[in-house]
Amino acid sequence: MKRLLVGLLAVSMLVLAACGGTQAPGSSSGPTSSSSGTGSGSGDKVIKIGLIAPLTGNVKTFGESSKKGFDLALEQAGYKAGDWTIEAVSGDDKGDSTEGVNLATRMITQDGVKAIIGSVTSGVTIPVGLVANENKIPMITGTATAEGVTVHEDGTRKEFVFRACFIDPFQGQVAARFALEDLGVKTAAVFYDKGNPYTVGLAEAFRAEFEAGGGQIVAWESYAEADTDFSAVMTNVAALQPEMLYLPDYYNKVSLLAKAAKEKGLDVPMLGGDGWDSEDLDFEALAGNYFTAHYSADDPSPAVQKFVQEFEAKYGHKPDSFAALTYDATNILLEAIRQANTDDTDAIRKAIQDLSGFQAVGGSISFDDKGNPIKAATILKVSADKSYEFVTTVNP
Amino acid sequence: MGQLLEQVVNGLQLGFVYALIAVGYTMVYGIIKLINFAHGDVIMVGAFVTFFGLVRGIPWPVAILIGMIVCAVLGVVIERLAYRPLREKGAPRIAALITAIGVSLFLENFASLRIAFGPDFRQFPAMVTRAQWNIFGVTISSIQVLIVSITILLVLILQVVVYRTKIGKAMRAVSMDMDAARLMGINVNMVIAFTFAIGSALAAAAGALWAAAYPQIWPYMGIMPGLKAFTAAVLGGIGSIPGALLGAVLMGQAEVLTAAYLTTDFKDAVAFAMLILVLLIRPAGLLGKAGPEKV
Repeated sequence: MKRLLVGLLAVSMLVLAACGGTQAPGSSSGPTSSSSGTGSGSGDKVIKIGLIAPLTGNVKTFGESSKKGFDLALEQAGYKAGDWTIEAVSGDDKGDSTEGVNLATRMITQDGVKAIIGSVTSGVTIPVGLVANENKIPMITGTATAEGVTVHEDGTRKEFVFRACFIDPFQGQVAARFALEDLGVKTAAVFYDKGNPYTVGLAEAFRAEFEAGGGQIVAWESYAEADTDFSAVMTNVAALQPEMLYLPDYYNKVSLLAKAAKEKGLDVPMLGGDGWDSEDLDFEALAGNYFTAHYSADDPSPAVQKFVQEFEAKYGHKPDSFAALTYDATNILLEAIRQANTDDTDAIRKAIQDLSGFQAVGGSISFDDKGNPIKAATILKVSADKSYEFVTTVNP
Repeated sequence: MGQLLEQVVNGLQLGFVYALIAVGYTMVYGIIKLINFAHGDVIMVGAFVTFFGLVRGIPWPVAILIGMIVCAVLGVVIERLAYRPLREKGAPRIAALITAIGVSLFLENFASLRIAFGPDFRQFPAMVTRAQWNIFGVTISSIQVLIVSITILLVLILQVVVYRTKIGKAMRAVSMDMDAARLMGINVNMVIAFTFAIGSALAAAAGALWAAAYPQIWPYMGIMPGLKAFTAAVLGGIGSIPGALLGAVLMGQAEVLTAAYLTTDFKDAVAFAMLILVLLIRPAGLLGKAGPEKV
C-alpha cells in the first residue's frame, strides 16, 4: 500500500513537472506577439497587469502602501479600462533585486502580464526595469527616483520604463536649496549608503547644489547597508561641528543614524529624502527634522484632498506618498490601456509616452523624453506625534 | 587626544558585546570541538525576548534575565535535538558543523515567520535614560557604561562558575579529556548541556546589549555579530575563555579605529585581515595552546 502511494506521488509530480515545463515556453511567446492575447478573445477582453512591491523586509511599509494605492485605483476603475477587464497579479520582491528580477520574469513568462506597476525602491526597480524593457512590457514605477531607472548607463532610454515621481537629482537640489535659504545653514555633513543608487544619487545632487550655493560639505561619509555601529564616524563628525546632517536613506537606517548622532551630542537639524516617509520611522528620534516628499496629505489642492478622503474611507488612515504615487502610476497605466484599446504592449507604451496633462494626485503629468514626469516637490517636517507638517512646495 | 580616547571607548563598547558572544563560541568549542554556528541566532532570540519584555513594561534587568533564561533553555534544546544524536552515533565532526549551519538557518527563517517574530525591523526601546558624561575630555554615554558594566559582571560570574564550582570543574575536566571524565563518573551529557545553557544565556545578554547600543532588531541581526565574535574567538585562540575576551576587545578596536582613521569601507576587511595575520604567525590564536594532536 505504502509503495503504491509513493508511486502515485512520484507519477503525479512528474505530470506536474511536465505541465510546468510546457506551459512556460507557451506563454513566454505571449508578450512579444500581440495576436496571441486578442486572438483568443471570445467577447470578454482580459488584460493582466502585475504589481511588484516589497511587501516584507526592511522597506515593507513602502510596499504595503503601494499595494493599497494600486488596489484603490483598480477598485475605483471597477477593474476596467475601456473595453478591457483588468486582472491584477501582485508579488513580493522583499526589497531584494534578485527576488524582484525572478518575480518579474515569472510574471511576464508564466502569468502573461502585459504591463507592470513597480517596483518601489530604485535598487530593485533598475534590474526589474531591464527585464521589462527586454521583454517589451511597459512598466511604470510610482516611486523609484534614481536617474538610472529609465535610462541605461550610457544615457540611452529604456523605452518601456516610466515613473510617476520626480528623480533624485531634483530631490537633492530641493533639499540643498531649502537648507541654504530656509534653514540658513552654511556647513553640512552627508551620510550615504555606498551600495544603494538612491542614497548615492541624492547625496551627490545635494553636494553639487549645496556647494554651488556657497555651502560647505565638512564630512562626506559612506557606510554599507549591513552596518549598525556608527559610533566611530559620528564621533569624528561631531568634532567637525556641522550645522546640519543630510541623511538620504530609508526610514530604518535613518532612525538608527539619528540616534547614533544624538548619542554623540550632534543635535543639529537633519534633512532627508522621500525614504523617510513611513509610519515605521522613529518619529521621536527625528522630530523637528525635514524631508523632501512627493506629496503631502495636508496639501490644500482639491485633487489631493479628494484622493485623501477616498483613501481614508477605504483604509481608515491617511495615505503616504508611496500610496499616492502608486495610485497615480496605476491610473496612468489604466488611462493608457483605455486610449490604446489593445493589449499590444508597444501600443500601450506609446499611449503612456503621449499622455499630456494627465490629472494625477501629484499634479498634472506629462512625460519628458526620458520617461520622467515634470512636477513639484514638497517639504515636510516630522513631528513627534507620528505625523508630518506641510512646510512648502518647491517648483522645478 | 580626547577624540582618540573617545574612539577607543567606542571600540570597547563594540568589543565588550563581541566578548559575551565569543565566550559562548569558545566554551562550546572547548568542550565538544564544535563551532556552533547557531550561536549568532541565539543573540537574535535574546534581543527579541528582551524586546517583548521591555514593551510590556517589565524593568530592563528582569527583561534581560528572562531573555537569558529563555535562551539557556533554547541552547539546551538545540543541543539535545540537533547535536547530541549525532555525537552519540559518532558522526564525523563535519556533520555536526553542517547541522549547526542548518540550525542557524532554521532559527533565522522561523523567526521571520509572522507566527514568530515577523520579518520586520523593530525599534528597540531605550533601556536606560540617555545621558552623557564628560570625563577628562572623553564623552561617555550611559549605554556604554551599561554595556561595559554588565559584560564585566557576567564575565566575573562566569569565572566563578568555571573555577570555583563543582560543575565548573566538571566542565574543565570534560574539555581536557571527555573519555577520562566519563570514567571518573562525570555525567558528560549533562555537562555539555550546561555549557550550552551558559553560552546561550551570555549570547542573550549580548543580544540585549547589542540592541541597546544599535537600537534596531530583526531576525537576521545575529549573523554579522556572530561572525565577528567567532573571528574574535579564533583570534584569541578558540577554546580559551581569556583568549575570547582579548580577541573580542581587539576586534572591536580594529573595527572602530579603522572606521575612524582610515575609511568605513575597510573596517570589516581590516578586522578579518588581522585574523589571517595572527593565524599565520600563531596558528593556535593569541592565547590558544598548540597542544599535540590527540589520536
